[in-house]
Amino acid sequence: MIQMEQPMISVQHLNKQFGPGCPHCMNPASRKLYKNFCTVCHTVYSCQDVSFDLYPGEIIGVVGESGSGKSTMMRCLYFDQEATSGEVYLQAYKDGIRNLFAESTQQKRYIRNHLMGKVYQNPMLGLRMDFTSIGNIAEKMIAAGSRRVSEMEDRGMELLEKVHIPLHRIKEAPKHFSGGMQQRVQIAKALSNRPPVLLLDEVTTGLDLSVQASVLDLIKALQRELGISIVLVSHDLGVVRMLADRTLVMLDGKVVEEGLTDQILEDPQEAYTQQLVHSLL
Amino acid sequence: MQINYNFAFFDESSKREIRRATLKAIAVPGYQVPFASREMPIARGWGTGGLQLTLSLVGLDDIVKVIDQGSDESVNAVSIKKLVQNTTDIRTTDETAKATLIQSRHRVPEIPLRAGQILVLQVPMPEPLRMYEPREAETKKLHAEKEYSGAWLMLFEQIMNYGSMTTGADHPVMVHDRYVMAPSPIPKFDNAKLNSSEALILLGAGREKKIYAVPPYTKVVSLDFEDYPFETESFEDRSCRLCGSTGVFMDELYDDASGTAYFQCNDTSYCLERMNEQSWREGAESR
Repeated sequence: MIQMEQPMISVQHLNKQFGPGCPHCMNPASRKLYKNFCTVCHTVYSCQDVSFDLYPGEIIGVVGESGSGKSTMMRCLYFDQEATSGEVYLQAYKDGIRNLFAESTQQKRYIRNHLMGKVYQNPMLGLRMDFTSIGNIAEKMIAAGSRRVSEMEDRGMELLEKVHIPLHRIKEAPKHFSGGMQQRVQIAKALSNRPPVLLLDEVTTGLDLSVQASVLDLIKALQRELGISIVLVSHDLGVVRMLADRTLVMLDGKVVEEGLTDQILEDPQEAYTQQLVHSLL
Repeated sequence: MQINYNFAFFDESSKREIRRATLKAIAVPGYQVPFASREMPIARGWGTGGLQLTLSLVGLDDIVKVIDQGSDESVNAVSIKKLVQNTTDIRTTDETAKATLIQSRHRVPEIPLRAGQILVLQVPMPEPLRMYEPREAETKKLHAEKEYSGAWLMLFEQIMNYGSMTTGADHPVMVHDRYVMAPSPIPKFDNAKLNSSEALILLGAGREKKIYAVPPYTKVVSLDFEDYPFETESFEDRSCRLCGSTGVFMDELYDDASGTAYFQCNDTSYCLERMNEQSWREGAESR
């Protein structure tokens, strides 16, 4: 029998709504929404029945306009927000048989600290701006159980060097850094405990082009080297084209199209994807 | 005009409420129990947490000792002692061994405490994670989930910035392998005395409205790293100028006239006791 490869992370029927819902919008099959918004009860359906599998070493790109639910999905996956319903299975956690959303908050924290890394669009959310850069990286390692200063210092220096932070600035607080440097410190932090899954939320948005290129290079290199699986959210199709193996297209909280990145960019099927790809050119 | 206060200043139901919080604190070592901190005749931040504990616990048979950073005679210690005495008519003492209830600001006495004694420590800042996370709702969650990377991170930052852990006082401790606790600003030297103490140790923060406790024989471990172990202040090669003691916590005093520094016991009653012993011995020898 052929052994099928197990997905690293499997997201099934993820739903996230803001608001209680009403008879007009309760039933997913028959709901009539303006974009993702119920005009009767003002409930917002940010993620509707989002499902995908991410395989080991794979990069999945998620594209879509702002407000399409990309970041909300990422927040749910990193437990920053509680999903309304749905299931997530992580291969590295109890052999992928437990639904992560049903675990206790302690276990969720364990998963975040040991098995995941996230880079936020806004470095303020991912870093402690007043602590040293190396301290920021150590925080994640301390959380994952390290109690050896020399080990954390070495690893921190190694990572910061990898993300091109000059060594004489590693003891400086990220608040003194430029946006691009802050973003790179965040990446170093997310990688510090060698997580099998990395969530990248608009990592290059707002960075200048040369820094963007070096951050993307870095992500690609690290991913090849460490074999990390990555979910990459971006509204920049260039970034997705460069990095992602497969791509999901989201609109109004729903996945409208999914497939190989090349296929999606060269031969988009859905009207929205066509519009998106054309606006790139 | 003489006002007749209830025994130990508080009305009985106030005392009961404080005792109930205290019992809970003892039942969950290191956990900060919120309580309805009362208005006191001294200002918040001047020992109201400790004083409320003392007044709620004191009985007719108790002998109270009050220390302020090692001194029995400082204004604050004397005022608190007077308040307790005026409202209870119980005995007070300077001798650690004789006291049943010891209220202390930022020191654990040098003479080892024994079973049956209660040490009450005054706490300005009960939350060990406050500098890491300013929101109380969040720190409560961190405690609940035993998520203490912040406490270690603060120590890591000190090592990064200064080469060693630089907490002079209030070095965080892990109580009973569960809660990280601020031991109140006692010097690191005193942290070891909390571990497996024979006496009950209660900590009260009046302004922050928290009571917590280290019950007798509870494991208390100062936080550190494998390669940066916890170190106390060292007074090696130093001895007290007055009583000649070594291996105790000492104050460094500077003599302007001679331009030299000298050392002296911080715990005044311990120092005095030692000096009395010495003079009795000398007196006996000369007789």
